[in-house]
Amino acid sequence: MTAPMLKIEGLRASYGAIEALKGVDVEIHEGEIVTLIGANGAGKSTLLMSMCGKPKPSAGRVIFEGRDITGMTTHHIMRLGIAQSPEGRRIFPRMTVLENLRMGAVVTDPAHFDQDLERAFTMFPRLKERQNQRGGTLSGGEQQMLAIARALMSRPRLLLLDEPSLGLAPIIVRQIFQVIREINAEQGMTVFLVEQNAFHALKLAHRAYVLAGGKVQMSGTSAELLGNEEVRAAYLEGGH
Amino acid sequence: MEYLVQQVINGVTLGSVYALIAIGYTMVYGIIGMINFAHGEVYMIGAFTSLIGIIVMGLLGVTWVPLALFMVLLASMAITALYGWSVERVAYRPLRGSFRLAPLISAIGVSIFLQNYVQISQGARPKPIPPVIRGGFELMTSSSGFTVTLSYLQLFIIVLTIVLMVGFTYLITQTSLGRAQRACEQDRTMASLIGIDVDRTISMTFVMGAALAAVAGMMVTLYYGVIDFYIGFLAGIKAFTAAVLGGIGSLPGAVLGGLLIGLIEALWSAYFSVEYKDVAAFTILVLVLLFRPSGLLGRPEIEKV
Ligand SMILES: Nc1ncnc2c1ncn2[C@@H]1O[C@H](COP(=O)(O)OP(=O)(O)OP(=O)(O)O)[C@@H](O)[C@H]1O
Ligand SMILES: [Mg+2]
Repeated sequence: MTAPMLKIEGLRASYGAIEALKGVDVEIHEGEIVTLIGANGAGKSTLLMSMCGKPKPSAGRVIFEGRDITGMTTHHIMRLGIAQSPEGRRIFPRMTVLENLRMGAVVTDPAHFDQDLERAFTMFPRLKERQNQRGGTLSGGEQQMLAIARALMSRPRLLLLDEPSLGLAPIIVRQIFQVIREINAEQGMTVFLVEQNAFHALKLAHRAYVLAGGKVQMSGTSAELLGNEEVRAAYLEGGH
Repeated sequence: MEYLVQQVINGVTLGSVYALIAIGYTMVYGIIGMINFAHGEVYMIGAFTSLIGIIVMGLLGVTWVPLALFMVLLASMAITALYGWSVERVAYRPLRGSFRLAPLISAIGVSIFLQNYVQISQGARPKPIPPVIRGGFELMTSSSGFTVTLSYLQLFIIVLTIVLMVGFTYLITQTSLGRAQRACEQDRTMASLIGIDVDRTISMTFVMGAALAAVAGMMVTLYYGVIDFYIGFLAGIKAFTAAVLGGIGSLPGAVLGGLLIGLIEALWSAYFSVEYKDVAAFTILVLVLLFRPSGLLGRPEIEKV
């Protein structure tokens, strides 16, 4: 078996006195969609952010494509081929859609920009219609599309998505999940997906981790977790 | 009427100077949310480096005024920018992420330090220089014999300010540094997540603010022909008032605020009393803070983020 694209070993991270990650191990192979599910406050967002150096891990290692990126500054990490669409979307509110997309491309060769922009607009035609509107005035769903599109503008090999379906109408959720499936299948992009919507996420992903109290409680293929009694009881009951 | 026109010319000249300083306040506030109280002192350093530069040009025998001023301007901007950069590195960056008041207290410390440093190294007495740019256009004369003049120096100040504003606007809106600055201003964490070096961007903001303050310092040195180590205090407060009046964080606001403060000060001196001209700025500061804290062009907080 080839070495994993991303290897997280014994990762710990804290906010002041609160330790949010208490030794997390995760492996992601190239071309996979891996989902991370868990209750509110389990540490999912912290894991994605701390991989990117915010907050810096207090212990453990993060290896990306064979390179130890633990403790590197965020902007250096984000230049290695990792992009994140973070929790809360974090669109630049006073920049237009177009400017937001341009910001996503700051680390890449400007020569790609037009082509990548075209691709983003094909993926999310709504963004093309809204290209001159300010980010802060977009609807929640539009902001989510923009956050994903902005992350893709840097041509990442590993895409980190934090709850892309949060607060969106089912039809938009389906559309966003479809886009994730497409970029994975067609471009071979590796995706690490944090989701509350465990059922959808497990349907989409190849493998999954369950995080609880800052530790990995369980992991396996999506099919395994979908069939697991504990997972069903804790994350899948009700609503599906 | 002629008298009024003259005061407007004087006011716009003065306002240009305040606007250039105000941009430094507003940019730093926009990007790290702190009032850089040492900025007035950075402007004072700009005035002193210009003064020294002008003397050096004299010693070197550079007598062609445009060339001399151009070289002084570049040197002064570079040296003052280095001061601005150092202030951020030494006094503010280590305190980032600490409690809100800490950098503010540090700024006051820096301000006192710079004043004393210049006072000791350059002496406390006011430093005069002979006029470098003389003459002007006589625009009109009233029946009572009052002549409105636009001096070459005033024209130089106003034109230079316009040129800098155009260049500056281009930098902010069209260059990658400007985009990085706006990104940091709107969401620093996200800016780093797209690969922007936030610390470097903040440094560059201090550099740009200081360079503009240096230009203001040179203008004032030429305009009044005398400077001392204490000029940063009043000019700083007036430019800060200008930034607040225009809407702190807003670049067009800083320019508008600067021009208004300059005009108000000129008209106040002309029609009320010169002795109390400084009171005008303070009165405006209090009134704005009381009745319109977001300033004239400040952004109302209506965005959903
Ligand atoms: N900036 C912060 N400062 C202090 N504590 C924080 C901060 N961010 C998160 N925490 C704490 O760290 C723990 C993990 O939070 P995290 O945001 O990673 O959870 P999550 O799994 O993403 O939850 P959710 O599903 O609600 O998004 C929580 O207890 C939270 O209160
Ligand atoms: Mg979260």
